[in-house]
Amino acid sequence: MQATSTLDQAEAPPAVKSRSFKRAFADVREAWDHRELWGHLGWQDIKQRYRRSVIGPLWITISMGTTALALGLLYSVLFDTNVPTFLPYVTVGFIIWNFILGCITEGTDVFIANEGLIKHLPAPITVHVMRMVWRQVLFLAHNLVVYAVVLAIFFTALDHPYTITKGGIEHPGISWTIVLAIPGFALLAVNAVWIALLFGVISTRFRDIPPVVNSFINLVFFMTPIVWDAGVLQRVTGGSGDNDWRMLIAELNPVYHFVEVVRAPLLGHAVDWHHWAVVGGFTVVGWFAALVILRNYRARVSYWV
Amino acid sequence: MVSIDVWNASVDFPIFDAKSRSLKKLALGKVGGKIESEGRVPIIEALHDITLSLKDGDRVGLVGHNGAGKSTLLRLLAGIYEPTRGQSRIIGKVAPVFDLGVGMDPEISGYENIMIRGLFLGMSRKQMETRVDDIAQFTELGDYLQMPLRTYSTGMRVRLALGVVTSINPEILLLDEGIGAVDAAFMAKARDRLKDLVARSGLLVFANHSDEFLGEFCDKAIWMDEGHVKMFGGLREVLTAYKGYDPFERKHPHEETPVLSGNGGE
Repeated sequence: MQATSTLDQAEAPPAVKSRSFKRAFADVREAWDHRELWGHLGWQDIKQRYRRSVIGPLWITISMGTTALALGLLYSVLFDTNVPTFLPYVTVGFIIWNFILGCITEGTDVFIANEGLIKHLPAPITVHVMRMVWRQVLFLAHNLVVYAVVLAIFFTALDHPYTITKGGIEHPGISWTIVLAIPGFALLAVNAVWIALLFGVISTRFRDIPPVVNSFINLVFFMTPIVWDAGVLQRVTGGSGDNDWRMLIAELNPVYHFVEVVRAPLLGHAVDWHHWAVVGGFTVVGWFAALVILRNYRARVSYWV
Repeated sequence: MVSIDVWNASVDFPIFDAKSRSLKKLALGKVGGKIESEGRVPIIEALHDITLSLKDGDRVGLVGHNGAGKSTLLRLLAGIYEPTRGQSRIIGKVAPVFDLGVGMDPEISGYENIMIRGLFLGMSRKQMETRVDDIAQFTELGDYLQMPLRTYSTGMRVRLALGVVTSINPEILLLDEGIGAVDAAFMAKARDRLKDLVARSGLLVFANHSDEFLGEFCDKAIWMDEGHVKMFGGLREVLTAYKGYDPFERKHPHEETPVLSGNGGE
């Protein structure tokens, strides 16, 4: 049998290709237009997680507080450092690390976890990424309470030049540079979006990626100067400067630079612009890679989930 | 101008089993090079060479056996699947009501689900807030809207989903089967709304097995068979060919005779 009403068929197919940068950009732009949606969903996720608990999202703050306190005290004893300067350092580093960790591990899972929504409601796929990053931002906001408390307690140790490890770099102390944390964090969040887009799409196709990422991420934590001070490297190299290979332990680790653009201003460390340059470079290269992936595989995600 | 045009579109699903969906296999496959047939991903051709043109005012019923590709076609028309081959173009605001078990969060309240569905369908929070009372009234769910969705029956979920899509004035409404889970009294109410919606020059595609529903809402029909459009034309004509008899034949001369095949087609 033949179709009976092919007569009114529009003549030529449109020239719009499914795989084009235009469509990739449109996906990101439409996701931004849907900000009320992911804003709402992100809040919903947090409320949901603590739905039946008595103190609710305060648990986020409490667990961060205890972890930071325990880690800070333990490592300041191990490294024989000064608690009033080392504890804030570990706290801030750990808060930022938690954000990065959340974005990477949940980023690999972002489309797989949203299979139901992707298959049932038409929406730009970037929406799911934005929801996840926004949720992590909200977690971070809860954790900033811990930072505020720690800062209030140890402010007198941080408001003048100080060193974290004996013989380490001398930091100028907290000053107006603290406002740099805002653009620093904005950069970090912008990077979180491309990371989740890129890893999310690849993980949806290759399901080995999430376990691989999960097993390596702990290693990254220990390699990154979070519970240890990068100033230690200065000391072991005898302050001989940046030419020593041991300096590369931190310098070659991109996470170090991401942590540093937010952490340094919050603790009144000297502003070191080379971290900003590295992060800026990652932003450009990373977004380019994510857009290429989005261009080629955006339409495949609903087939793969 | 609301329209959906599809040109020679196919939808192929790659089926990655645990083995082929890993990097190891891909890497080894390339190095080894010989196990080509095994290394290739099996593909299910869900839709094959679909060419369709739907315009505003079209009210199209979708019939076919289970697995014929009705739901996949609806997702293609919604823009959820972009064709793997061929082209598709959708102009207009799409509101789908698909499988009702998925796409709603069972742990959050009916109100929250209304809000989220509305936001997904392109409404703003403010717009949804003004509509929530209307939806609550229409769905007759009352205080149940405060309860988590997992306490809802299937029929109540259908009510909720229909309440949302009919309140937001979509231009293209895509309904999968499962809408039949509501009781007759509610269906009568939903009917008026859907008719209203279609009358406002919308576009409706409705997958259903019931002649009664199809006869009421649709004037055209698509018969899907094994991923092909087997027939596209007037509703009566297509249903006659699909079922082997004219389902509306008996209905018109003697209105009082009960329709024998209330849920026929399978």
